[in-house]
Formats: sequence, structure tokens, C-alpha cells
Amino acid sequence: MSFLDYFRGKKSGSSASVAKERLQIIVAHERGQREQPDYLPQLQQELLAVIRKYVQISDDMVQVEVDRNESCSVLELNVTLPER
Amino acid sequence: MARIIVVTSGKGGVGKTTTSASISTGLAKRGHKTVVVDFDVGLRNLDLIMNCERRVVYDFVNVIQGEASLTQALIRDKRVDTLYILPASQTREKEALTKEGVERVINELSETFDYIICDSPAGIEHGALMALYYADEAIVVTNPEVSSVRDSDRILGILQSKSRRAEMGQDPAREHLLVTRYNPERVERGEMLSVADVEEILAVPLLGVIPESQVVLNASNQGLPVILEENSDAGQAYDDAVARLLGEEREQRFMTVQKKGFFSRMFKGG
Ligand SMILES: Nc1ncnc2c1ncn2[C@@H]1O[C@H](COP(=O)(O)OP(=O)(O)O)[C@@H](O)[C@H]1O
Ligand SMILES: [Mg+2]
Repeated sequence: MSFLDYFRGKKSGSSASVAKERLQIIVAHERGQREQPDYLPQLQQELLAVIRKYVQISDDMVQVEVDRNESCSVLELNVTLPER
Repeated sequence: MARIIVVTSGKGGVGKTTTSASISTGLAKRGHKTVVVDFDVGLRNLDLIMNCERRVVYDFVNVIQGEASLTQALIRDKRVDTLYILPASQTREKEALTKEGVERVINELSETFDYIICDSPAGIEHGALMALYYADEAIVVTNPEVSSVRDSDRILGILQSKSRRAEMGQDPAREHLLVTRYNPERVERGEMLSVADVEEILAVPLLGVIPESQVVLNASNQGLPVILEENSDAGQAYDDAVARLLGEEREQRFMTVQKKGFFSRMFKGG
């Protein structure tokens, strides 16, 4: 909450500030998704299929992301295995 | 060369048609030859807001399909003589707006008009895509409310990746944020996102703020673009936006709670 907000009597718990916070998070997330290459969903499906040959995992246990830097791109693969 | 400006938002009912009508009227009033094109095939409304619904003979899709010439389909505004309307078709499918067809019409309009204002349908489907595809500039109409802001960001992403400029690797379309239906009282009470909040989230330069105003409904009842209600808050806010679009510097108004003066209290709604 900025000084000015305080001055205006705007509480950080106001519904507008909740809205702002939620928007900042979802918009940042969706912008990240937008910059992902088109092949990613397909890649994720195929990886899932391969891993399932060996371990039973659900759809959300594989996360695939591409991180683009100035000089190179990194394909990040995160697989959560079920507890034994 | 015409300036092609799309009025878009993603979300429906935020004020795109209201904005298209007023911005095009404002540009034409300043002497620029302007055409406003309704891309909302199947849900034609611009004609009502511009008060020419009974003069529609041919429409956009008729021109695309070669059933009428552009001259036959264009309707000249009765109030501002440099303003023309190209109505949407009420009966066809949105897919009737083919990329080639739209391009042909836009190119032909570019030969005679200074400004082409494209009133986009809601959504992110074909119709909305066609409305923004050829745009040089985009006015993103946003209400200070979560779903509208999110949808605006979505449509900005589409503009940046799927428009002709994006596909051809040209300079991106210039983006303008227009916050509409703004209620400073509610912002002050912490119930509504402020203009600063919306600007910060979307990171698009602010073209203007249009207050929530009863005058908008009254004007649309009569088929009057609200910018012609020159003494109203919303009308003046649109006039400021047009001036800024033309490069004029105008200070932002209508963003803070107006203390009602004696006269405005006497003549309520002034
Ligand atoms: N600034 C405003 N104040 C009050 N009502 C508004 C304002 N702008 C738009 N409206 C109303 O909101 C509704 C939707 O507007 P419209 O321009 O048709 O939106 P869209 O084209 O985005 O669907 C209409 O009833 C219109 O009168
Ligand atoms: Mg509309």
C-alpha cells in the first residue's frame, strides 16, 4: 500500500486491491504461457506417455517450460513422482 | 494512406461500439474523412448508435461477395458530412468475412478515407481477429474490473502475435488504453480498480478515461454518438481522447470525484 493510498483512506484489504493483486498474478502467468512455443502441449503429452510406461503419474505431474534468455533457450522439465 | 484503427476489448459490453461511434464522429467533426466499419456480423448495432438503421441497404458482406459496390453500401452520416458508416451484415455467418475480402475492402477504403475505425465484435474468434488484422493502431477499451482487464491483456497478446503487422514482421500496431465506465466515487471507496492500477497491469499508454454516465444511455436511445452531447462529461471525455489521438496534449479529466457545484446541483445531471 502506497503512502498516497493510505492518505486516500484506501485500505490494502479493499476489494480493489485484492482485484489488482489477483490480476497481476494471472496476467503475468498468461503472458508467460503466451511466449511458449506452439509445440509445447504436444511435447508434454508425449513425455507423459513415455513416463507412464514406467511410472503411473497424473497429467499435472509433468511441467514443461521454455525459458528464453538473451543467448539461449532452456527446456525445463519437471516430473513429480508419486510417493512410495 | 489511411490510419486504420481497431476498437477492441475481448470482453463484450464494455463500450466498443459506443467508443467507435464517438471516436469516428469526433475525427470527422475535425474535418478528417472517416469511415466506421462494423465487424460484428450477425449482431449489427453500430447502425442504431449512429441512427442510420433504416438507411441500411447493402452491408460489408455484400461488398465482400461482390453483390454491391462500396459506394452502394456506405451510408453518409446526416450530421457530420465527412463521416461514413459501413454496416455489418445481420444475416450472415462471421466466416463470410474472409481475409482476402476484408483486405480488398480496407484497401479500397484507404484510397479515399483518412481514418478507418473498425468496431470489433467481442471474443477472440474470427470476427475479432479480422477486425484487428489490418490495424495500424488499436484502442483497447477496458472497464476497471477483473475480467475486462484480463481479456484486454489477452486481446493485446493476439494483436502482438496474429495481426498482419506481426505476421509480416513489421512495426507492431500502436496501442492505446481507453478506460471506460469509470466511477471515481467507487475507486475512492476502494471498490473499483483505479486508472493507475489498470495502466500498471496492462502497461499500455493511456488515451483517456470515460466516466460511467447516464448520458451514454440517453444518447444511444436517440441514436446520437455521445461525443455530440458536447456539455456532458462522457462527451467531453471522448473529445479529449480524439484530440490526443491527433497528437494534442490534453490533461486527464473525470478521474477524481467532482465536487458538485451550485449550478450543477440545480440543473441535475449537467
Ligand atoms: N461510459 C459509459 N457510461 C454508461 N454506460 C455505458 C458507457 N459506455 C458504454 N455504456 C453502456 O454499456 C453497454 C454496452 O456498450 P457497447 O458500446 O454496446 O459495448 P460493446 O460494443 O463493447 O459490446 C451499452 O448499454 C452502453 O450504453
Ligand atoms: Mg459492440
